[in-house]
This record gives sequence, C-alpha cells and structure tokens, in this order.
Amino acid sequence: MFRKLHDPGPAALTIFVDGRPVTAEAGESVAAVLLRQPEGWCRTTPVSQSRRAPYCMMGVCFECLVEVDEQGSVQSCLTPVRDGMRIARQQGRRSLGA
Amino acid sequence: MTPTDTDLLIVGAGPAGMAAAVMARHCGLSVHVVDDQSEPGGQVWRAIETVAATQRAARLGAAYQVGADRAATFRSCGAIFEPQCQLWQIEPGFKAFTTRAGRAGKIGAKAIILATGAQERPAPFPGWTLPGVMTVGAAQILLKTADSVPEKPVWIAGCGPLTLLYATQLLAAGGRIAGLLDTTPRARLATALRHLPRALGRLGDLAKGLGWALALKRAGLPTVRHVCELQAEGRQRLERVCYRCDNGRSGEVAADVLLVHEGVVPNIHVPLTLGCNVSWHVDQQCFVPVLDVWGETSKQNVFVAGDGAGIGGAEVAEIRGRLAALRVASRLGMLSEDDAVAAARPEFVALARALALRPFLDALFAPRLQVFAPADETLACRCEEVTAGELRARAAEGRPGVNQLKAFTRAGMGPCQGRQCAYTMAHIIAAIQHRPVAEVGLFRMRPPLKPVTLGELASLDEQEPAR
Amino acid sequence: MNVETFDVAVIGGGLHGLSSALHLARAGRRVVVLERRWTGRHASGATAAGVRTLNRDVAEIPISLEAMEMWHRIGSIVGDDCGFHAHGQIRVAESDGNMAALRQREARVRALGYSHEEIINAVELRRLVPALSPHCVGALVARRDGAADPHRTLLAFRRACETAGVVLAEACGVDRVDRGSDHWLLACGERRVRAPVVVNAAGAWAARIALLFGDPIPLEVRASMMIVTERLAPLVDPVVSVVGRALSFKQSDQGTLVIGGGLQGTADLERESSVVDFTELAKGARAARDLFPAVRGVRIARCWTGIEAQTRDHLPVIGASSGSPGLVHAFGFSGHGFQLVPVVGAIVADLVTNGTTARAIEAFTPKRLTAQRVAA
Repeated sequence: MFRKLHDPGPAALTIFVDGRPVTAEAGESVAAVLLRQPEGWCRTTPVSQSRRAPYCMMGVCFECLVEVDEQGSVQSCLTPVRDGMRIARQQGRRSLGA
Repeated sequence: MTPTDTDLLIVGAGPAGMAAAVMARHCGLSVHVVDDQSEPGGQVWRAIETVAATQRAARLGAAYQVGADRAATFRSCGAIFEPQCQLWQIEPGFKAFTTRAGRAGKIGAKAIILATGAQERPAPFPGWTLPGVMTVGAAQILLKTADSVPEKPVWIAGCGPLTLLYATQLLAAGGRIAGLLDTTPRARLATALRHLPRALGRLGDLAKGLGWALALKRAGLPTVRHVCELQAEGRQRLERVCYRCDNGRSGEVAADVLLVHEGVVPNIHVPLTLGCNVSWHVDQQCFVPVLDVWGETSKQNVFVAGDGAGIGGAEVAEIRGRLAALRVASRLGMLSEDDAVAAARPEFVALARALALRPFLDALFAPRLQVFAPADETLACRCEEVTAGELRARAAEGRPGVNQLKAFTRAGMGPCQGRQCAYTMAHIIAAIQHRPVAEVGLFRMRPPLKPVTLGELASLDEQEPAR
Repeated sequence: MNVETFDVAVIGGGLHGLSSALHLARAGRRVVVLERRWTGRHASGATAAGVRTLNRDVAEIPISLEAMEMWHRIGSIVGDDCGFHAHGQIRVAESDGNMAALRQREARVRALGYSHEEIINAVELRRLVPALSPHCVGALVARRDGAADPHRTLLAFRRACETAGVVLAEACGVDRVDRGSDHWLLACGERRVRAPVVVNAAGAWAARIALLFGDPIPLEVRASMMIVTERLAPLVDPVVSVVGRALSFKQSDQGTLVIGGGLQGTADLERESSVVDFTELAKGARAARDLFPAVRGVRIARCWTGIEAQTRDHLPVIGASSGSPGLVHAFGFSGHGFQLVPVVGAIVADLVTNGTTARAIEAFTPKRLTAQRVAA
C-alpha cells in the first residue's frame, strides 16, 4: 500500500511479521512497516472477522492492534520498531496463550 | 508506593505542552511531561528529532522544521519527560495514573495542563473501514515518520488546509496523486469571505494556503468539486471509490488508497472524563472545553492548552501553553499575580493576532452536514460494527439518550471509547429526535482513558506497602 | 391541574421497578412507573448480571431458588432469553482453610434441606474451569446458576412492560407526596399522579422516597466497581468467585471479561454520580490475574461504578410499609439483586393484590431495620 522513499541503509533492522523477516528502519512505527507489506491489513475484527488496517496513525482509532512480542492488542502506530521484534496479526477474538 | 510528585503535570509534548513546560520551568516550577509518542513534537512536529537531521526535512516545509528548535529547548528545560507513556486516569488531588513499559505508575501533581491536541473529525461513509482507506493525517504521519508515500497514485477526498498541505508535500516528495475529490460545499468561499477583512492580518498564512492551492492546480490534478457523497468498495480491501456531487454528477474510480479529511476537532476525551464543562462550537460542530482567558477549565487547576482548547494551529498552541503555565506559576506562588499579568500581556496580544484567521478558516472549512448523516449501511461504530441504520432504529424507539443508545447497541463500547463514533451517535439521535446536537451531548466517557492491561493495573497493587 | 390516576404507581425504573410493574399489569392493574432519569440509569445499568443462588444468605434461598426457575424460562416471562446462560457459578477455595469453610457452608445448606450447592474437588474444578490457576484446591458450585446480559435484560423487561400496558414516565422524579383520603398524590415536576398503592423501588434513593411517605428506613449506599475487557476467544464458562477475595469473574457472550466482586469506589447520591478508585480496583485486577494467570496481558476497555442501596444486614427490604398505608417496599438488594428480579415482581404483585404472599419474605421486613433504631 505504501513504499519508502529511501533505503534505510545502516539504520536498517529486522522485525518478524507472522514469522517472516521484514526490513524496517529505526525510528518508524510497526504500523508503518505493516502498511508496506503485500497484505496491507493488520488484523481481523472480533465482531465479524473483517480485515482492518491502520486508519489514523495517531492512536485514536485502535484499528492497528497487533500482537507484539507476545503482548496482544498493542497499538502498532505508537510502537517504534526494535531489532528482532516479533509481530503477529490478531484474527477475530484474541486467544490467550496456553 | 509513593507517587512521583510534581508541581505541574503536562499531558502531551506537542507545541502547547513543550511551550508550557519551558515557561513553567522558567518560573521555577517542577514539571513532569508525559506523551504516548516516543519523541516530543505532537502531530504537527511528529518525529522532528529524527527527521530534522535528514535531507527530507526540507521538503516537509519551514513550519515543520521550526519544531526542531522547540524540541531542543524543551529537552534542556529541566522538565521530567516520559515518552511512550500512556495516561489513563486523573483522580482529584491530583493523582495521575500512567502506564509505561508494562508497569503502571502514579504521579501526584498540584496542577494539570492537558495538551493532548486534536484528532481528525470522524466522517463515516460506506466502506470507510476497508484496508486502504485512511485519514490524510495518517498519510502525513507516514511521510514524516517513515518517509513513506502511497505506492500507487492516491485519491484524496475532503476539505480543509491539511488536505492541501499534504498534497503539496506528497508531490514534493515524488508521490503521485490520482485526483482530488473536493468536498467543500458550493458557495462556502462566499460565506467565508465575510471574515476576510479580519483575516487579512494574517496575509502570510493566506498566501501560504493560496500557494498550496495554486501548486496543486499547476500540477494539473483531476479535481472533482462539490463532492457530497463517498463510498469505498472492494472485497476485503479498497478497490474502488464511488462519488456523487451536489449537482447529481457521479463517478467511480479505481483506487488502492483513499485518504479522507474533514477537518480536525479537539480531543475532548480527557476534559470530559474529568468532568470539565464543555460548550458547543456551532461553526465547527464540536465540543470545546469551557476555558477562561488563561485556559483554566471549570475544574480548578486543570488547564487545556493547544488544539485541545479549540483548533488554532501551532503558533496559537504555544501561546496558550505559555499562558496556562504563567497562571499555574502564579497560582502556586512562584510568580506574583502582577508579574504573571505583565508577562501575559504580550501573549494575549499575539494570541488575538494569531487567531485572526480562524473565523475565516472555520467558516470556509465548516463541516458539511452529510458528514454527520452517513448512509444506513455505514459502520458508524467501527469497533463494535454497529451501522448507522441500527442506531437510527434504536434512537427512534422511545427517546433514548446517548448513554442508553450506547447500552442498547454497544456502539461506543469498543477500544476507541467513542473517539470515532460519539459525534456520529449524537448527530443521529439529534436528527431522529429533533433535538439540538449540543443538548444530546456525548456519552459518558469512562476510564481508563487508554487500554491498560489487567497486569498493568494489578502492578499498582503490588507497589502498595504490604498490609 | 391534570391528575393522572392509576391503580399503582411504581417509583423507580430499574429492574425491580419494571418487574413489579410487569407483574402488576398482568394481574390487571393500571400501572405507571415514575423514573427520575431513564430506565436502568443506576444500579440496573451497572450490574454484572450474575444469576446466582450460590452462597446467598440462607434467608434469601427460598425466593432465590424460585427466581432461578423463572430465569430458566425467562423467555416466556419477558419475551427474550436476556442472554441467560447457565454454565454454573463457582466459589473457589485457594487453600485448605478456605476449603474447610466451603464444606461447612455446604453442610449447613444441606441441613436446611437445599441441594443446589455442591462441593467439588480440584479435578472437577479443573474440568469446569481449565483457565483457573492450578493452585486452587476445590470449590463450591451451583450448577444451574449462570449469568445474563444486563442491557438485554433491561430492554426485555422494559418492552414487556410497554406491551402489558404499563405507562413508563421517564424524566419524572417524585418531588412531593401528599396523602389523600385513600390514595397518594405524587408530584413530579408539573405532573400529578394519584394512586391508592405505591411501590418504592427507588434503589439507592429508596430511603429518601420512604421519608416522603413518612416511613423512615435506614439505608446505606454502595458503589461497586466493575472492569470490562476487550473481546476474547472463549476462556471461561461458569461465573467464578473466590473465598476471601473480592473477585467475581465471568465472560460475556461478546467475549469480554466482566470482573467485579464488590470493591468500592465512591458514590455521590446527591449528584447521582460515582467515581472509580483505581488504587482499590487494582486489587481486583490482581485477584483476576492471580486466579487466571493467562489474563495478565488482557486490555481493559472500561471501568465504572454504579450506585446501589445497601442495608445494614445486606438483606433486601421487601414488604408492606409498617407505618404508611398503601406503600410496598422493594429495595436494598445490596449488590446482589439482579437474580431476584423476576420473583420480586411476583412478590410485589402478591402484596398489592392479596395483601400477603406465600413466598418467604419475613426476614426482609422493613421493621427489622427500624426496630433497632427505635431501641437505640
């Protein structure tokens, strides 16, 4: 959906989205990275399992919720990327780990 | 646990929050600032510290680059700054509850300045929840914080200065715009021109806005005027945008990303939760906190500064921040009332001058009524997926108020806590029950203001001394 | 002045008022409900909606058991199942000491002739509530108990009232009461209502109402706090409470966790508002996390308090006024009135139509609260 205008170069790091390694740049949000992925969507809703993607990028819409390093329902637009971060898309009602 | 104590707690490190912090520190107050972003700057100067050092700062404009200096001054003023810190409740006293890195904390403060800014006005339409539909503000944040632009030529629908500004910035960055769907109603400029004489004091700003408009015209973008209806369509993501104009003309365009903007409204959430009085701003169809000239709310020692006090832009925000800080300083005995008034005098003059353009802008970019009357199939409440049609049906049964409507339909019960749907609900009730929107009001906002986890809340108890 | 005449005026549009009005209307009476704000504004709009016979004061058991039968056919009573699910209510013991207390309770209840409460061991407990922390040793369970949807219940009772011909007068608070020859004359703003019989179902304001009728009854106020979380995949079926902790833990139909237990915020009766005390509420969050370790990362959607009435002995006030004629009281449910709603309406209808009821309400007589006061 979106593309970066420059190559991160030395500021590049790697995060994992549903297990897949993805290049990110220090300083950007997880939501920004997700919007560059081919799927575009970041979760499906608990009510009807419809796909959603970030909408406001400033923390007031709560569409960008993903699981970050096993913590669920994190607003990815307010979460700066960190090397090695593991992101998982939430589908429907959130399931709590065993 | 002993809460961290401070004289002044400032919520938000945007223009208003930073200016307030600097002034308060200058007056000798202890200051604690929290913000949910990782850097200061708010929205207008988002990511300024990271970006300022790079080449792309230039294409974001001079108004943006000003933020770098402000952030530096703020960082060195001696205030405690907690980034990535979510404030979720303020109890009288004051006791502020925050969460950071998975742990809850308490901050004790004698005075509070709320500088939480504004958000885009929710403008629901069928399909607005599809991946690919975003606000113009969101796209601008992506440009600032991730140097990202839409991959494919983007459609922009809306009305307001931010639309023009972003379009200009996007083109300057090498992004591509497929076209503009201008929702400014016909004859709106004529109405706004009433305010032009006063606005001429802000010739520089007027020229700037005109400059954006001309640049876009020169770029030869397809522009559709007086669009009054929008519909986003696609299977699981945006594929098409359908529009209709007020003269009946309609069209359909393929789209990968649609950016929408219908103005900004103050973040009223926190003042409402604190029980501050609010008043209805007729032109802008939104609530604003009731404030005295210093920015104090109806709750003693609670102030609002910045766009949260009423949309005014960065310059106005900084002035309001300084005024609130001066008042707090004199209230807490760090400054005599005379000294505070003397220091405030030039600020008041500057404020009046800076606000001169507002009536013109407010009239020009007043929200069109269709924004508040979405088609029945629209998901008025995005979180709980309640349609406008369902809200209308329930609103017509008996005469429920907005709290009852929320209870009956679940609209407003999702994580956004009404930030995207409360105004729509109020307008729907007003229309069905023939009542003024101001009287209907917004439903009762309930804490926590941010979605703290059970574990984070529990951590408050663990910090208590053993009993 | 236009005076509206009814057979019965019910003061209070919460669930007990609506239930009373419904039963009275079905018994052929012309009924008006006078509600100061809107139906379900206070306690009924803030309830966790637990449908519980478990662990009640023994005085409440007979009417609670009858109410439970009514819940199991609530659709036939109000035309909607109210989202009622009977997955059981469970009272958990974290220690052997707690377990001993539960066994004592079970024995006592059994000795009184009731069999609805049952001791279960750790194995059965794990089977019923797999998400419960393994440190729990056993529990007391009432298998036919469960929970309902509070807003659906309110809507259902309201609609049933309207269908039965009850007049619902909202934004209609009773400000003044005058005694006529054989009736009461109630003033609500500009409105005047006349009725020979009045039902006082005014919740936390019932004592103020009673005073207007010349019937002083001591009453306190509760402000129980609740937490509702984000929607989750199915985690727990029964409603869970814990010996020695203020925790009530359940999952709604929507998947949200509804966490209560009686931790108190602060209420302002005059302003009709109540405030959450997060330092207190943190204890509830901690208890939830201790008992259900998997929920530590679950997000809170909102918290609230309600304003409820509480009596000195935590038993309700149900019965005819001892001092004032034509006045029936139904209030003071002290945080556990939701389940009793269907039967209380039937009891009130008995008292109004027959002057008496076969149901066991002796322990709820208003006299027991006023007698001690006189003595003091």
